[in-house]
Amino acid sequence: MVDVLVIGGGNAALCAALMAREAGASVLLLEASPREWRGGNSQHTRNLRCMHDGPQDVLIDAYPEEEYWQDLLKVTGGITDENLARLAIRASSTCRDWMRRHGVHFQPPLSGALHVARTNAFFMGGGKALVNAYFRSAEKLGVQVRYDTPVVSVELDGERFVAAHTAKGERITAKSCVLAAGGFESNREWLREAWGQNARGEWPSDNFLIRGTRFNEGVLLKYMINAGADSIGDPTQAHMVAIDARAPLYDGGICTRIDCVSLGVVVNREGERFYDEGEDFWPKRYAIWGRLVAQQPGQISYSIIDQKAIGRFMPPVFPGTSANTLLELAQKLGLPEQVFVKTMDDYNAACRLGNFDHTALDDCRTEGLMPAKTHWARPINTAPFYGYALKPGVTFTYLGLKVNERAAVHFAGRSSPNLFVAGEMMAGNVLGKGYTAGVGMAIGTAFGRIAGTQAAAAAKKVEHATA
Amino acid sequence: MQPLEALTREARALASGSYPVIPILSVNETEVGRQMMICNSCRYCEGFCAVFPAMTRRLEFGKADINYLANLCHNCGACLHACQYAPPHEFAINVPQAMAKVRVETYADYAWPAALGTLYKRNGLTLSLALVAGLALFLMLAAGLQGSLFHASAGGNFYSIFPHNLMVGLFAPIFLFAVLSLSLGVRRFWMDVSPGAATAAAVGDAADKVLRLKFLDGGHGEGCNNANDSFTLARRRYHHFTFYGFMLCFAATSVATLYHYLFGWEAPYGLTSLPKLLGIAGGVSLLIGTVGLFVLNLNRHPLQGDAAQKPMDRGFISLLFLTAASGLTLMLSRGTPILGLTLCVHLGAVMALFATLPYGKFAHGIFRSAALLKWAIEKRQPNSLQLGDD
Repeated sequence: MVDVLVIGGGNAALCAALMAREAGASVLLLEASPREWRGGNSQHTRNLRCMHDGPQDVLIDAYPEEEYWQDLLKVTGGITDENLARLAIRASSTCRDWMRRHGVHFQPPLSGALHVARTNAFFMGGGKALVNAYFRSAEKLGVQVRYDTPVVSVELDGERFVAAHTAKGERITAKSCVLAAGGFESNREWLREAWGQNARGEWPSDNFLIRGTRFNEGVLLKYMINAGADSIGDPTQAHMVAIDARAPLYDGGICTRIDCVSLGVVVNREGERFYDEGEDFWPKRYAIWGRLVAQQPGQISYSIIDQKAIGRFMPPVFPGTSANTLLELAQKLGLPEQVFVKTMDDYNAACRLGNFDHTALDDCRTEGLMPAKTHWARPINTAPFYGYALKPGVTFTYLGLKVNERAAVHFAGRSSPNLFVAGEMMAGNVLGKGYTAGVGMAIGTAFGRIAGTQAAAAAKKVEHATA
Repeated sequence: MQPLEALTREARALASGSYPVIPILSVNETEVGRQMMICNSCRYCEGFCAVFPAMTRRLEFGKADINYLANLCHNCGACLHACQYAPPHEFAINVPQAMAKVRVETYADYAWPAALGTLYKRNGLTLSLALVAGLALFLMLAAGLQGSLFHASAGGNFYSIFPHNLMVGLFAPIFLFAVLSLSLGVRRFWMDVSPGAATAAAVGDAADKVLRLKFLDGGHGEGCNNANDSFTLARRRYHHFTFYGFMLCFAATSVATLYHYLFGWEAPYGLTSLPKLLGIAGGVSLLIGTVGLFVLNLNRHPLQGDAAQKPMDRGFISLLFLTAASGLTLMLSRGTPILGLTLCVHLGAVMALFATLPYGKFAHGIFRSAALLKWAIEKRQPNSLQLGDD
């Protein structure tokens, strides 16, 4: 019998497997996907939000614990656990040397991401390079890895883990276990159940795209909740952004984002604006636009810009729909022509020109328009005009299992002695809603490492008890 | 991106009627263009090499841009293994492969004379025929001049088999033609996407990147990918053995030429003479390098690079190996009956190598150096794009 069984193959699972192996435990890791799709959502990530008190290799200035905590408090609107959050924050200040030892390379921020040069350390080559490095290190250290092995249920004896059952019917016993198999974002039925039907009779989640892996079906999460494990979080809460409507259904990743929202206006299917596009810098607002679009009819919206915006935002993956007049653009996008043109005329007339500066919260704003555009408002009047259809893109869901600082799974408030959980399956403890770049990897790394250490220690205890 | 150069070229082409007025992208160039649009909206690979930083200075990818980027790419494989959009993802991103397919097209497209560009298409055959022709030439010459290959070891003096002037008369024109052909080809490549005048700093920077093979270090110093997602410095090191071995052999020949014409010191030279020392060091280095590169080429990940170019790659490596091995054997066979035969083999290999320099794998060094110089110039210029923070 193996000491530690790790279920999952993303960042948190790999951190757990590596830590458990380093602590001397024998480790078996089960990845649901085939080898070429391994790594879950981690293959789409690119950085780690890091606390640091002074400049550190690729990180400039300082990002102290208190500031990090305040940022987290702000984005979550207080729906977080301060104790666990601070644990993850502090761990983020010391984990990078360990990551480097396992082959992860860091680099200064990528072009177009300088705003996080102080707070986030970027993985050279992105998350898939990190996942590759961890798998290589794990194999070198003797961690057994099995691909194509989804786990469908967990055999429990009270709060104690006994064995895992795979989809193929195999029973795998272990002295302790770490669950790190991701959220349920690619389970369409569960999303439908969570989001329900809206007042228009639509099932909004049917129009969601999944930015991440197709393998996060939430099978284990559901099994554990049904088995009596304590859960935390709202099933409709997720990292959700507005992405190109033409993105693939799964695994669209970073490149499907549309970064021109703050440079133009956004209208819904009816041709009307619905939110202040210039409320704040795009990096601080992109994470709310997924939900905003989800609330619109048909869960679709259109980002409209003109020639003046070209070359001022990160290039989108697909070319926009272009036209020489706004009327023609409405026709090409299939928007109600008169309403759309009136929306645009009203907006253009309401723009009070100031000194346009898209690197600052400038004084270009609308007057007497509802909703207002409070910065970067310039008339959209220079052909050619471009339109990009937007849909909500789910990165990962926040519903998870409740944990303590040892990452232990809980049953009616009692912690399991040998079953631990890490990554998206418990990120909701810290992240009740909202998002800030690199915090998912910070939580996954911190709790993955804790879970691995705890699982190795729990396996040792079992040995002593049976000896 | 370089409208002036493009317009000039179009005007020239229109006047001469030699070139399509609107540069139409080939299938392979279209594929690079498609992939670059996806890469440009991702940019995770920016730290690996020069291709991605050069890409981020562009929003559109015309023929000249694509040719430039393709020649900047060293086929290190880092971006393939790190790519979240690599096959089996539906985006099917494989930058090293797409770039390799365009790269060989650029060698053919820019080749001078243009008609000989087709020699790239079946390069294995080209090299084989060149080698056979080279061998046949010297065997027939030897037979004709000496009557037989096996009695002519007159004190180990090659010139008693092939007079010095005959060898110069055969090799000098071929070598000068290769230099001319490569120069004209790379000049056309340069005109197409000339980013401006080269400063001393840019030239120094490019030379540094070329001579250290900077972009085979993976961006982090642990090396490039070969068989799988792990990193290795082996390719960089064996390429160094090959390149510097070649240069040492070239230096040996150059020094010997100076000895001959400047000082009137005629070959053969002693074992401790400069041409001999350079030649031995270069030959051994070439042997080590080519064997290493050949093994790495055999073990390369099937998705990395263009399988159709394996004959060209392996043919060139083998020809270099044969040149080095026959050169060293020649030195050892002095005074033996096989001297004449080894001399013919060596001269045949060298002749085949020289003749195919502008129409084979060798061109990669010239075009890549030019692309690296372009990048060294370009990156010192202000970026015309003002993409906001995402």
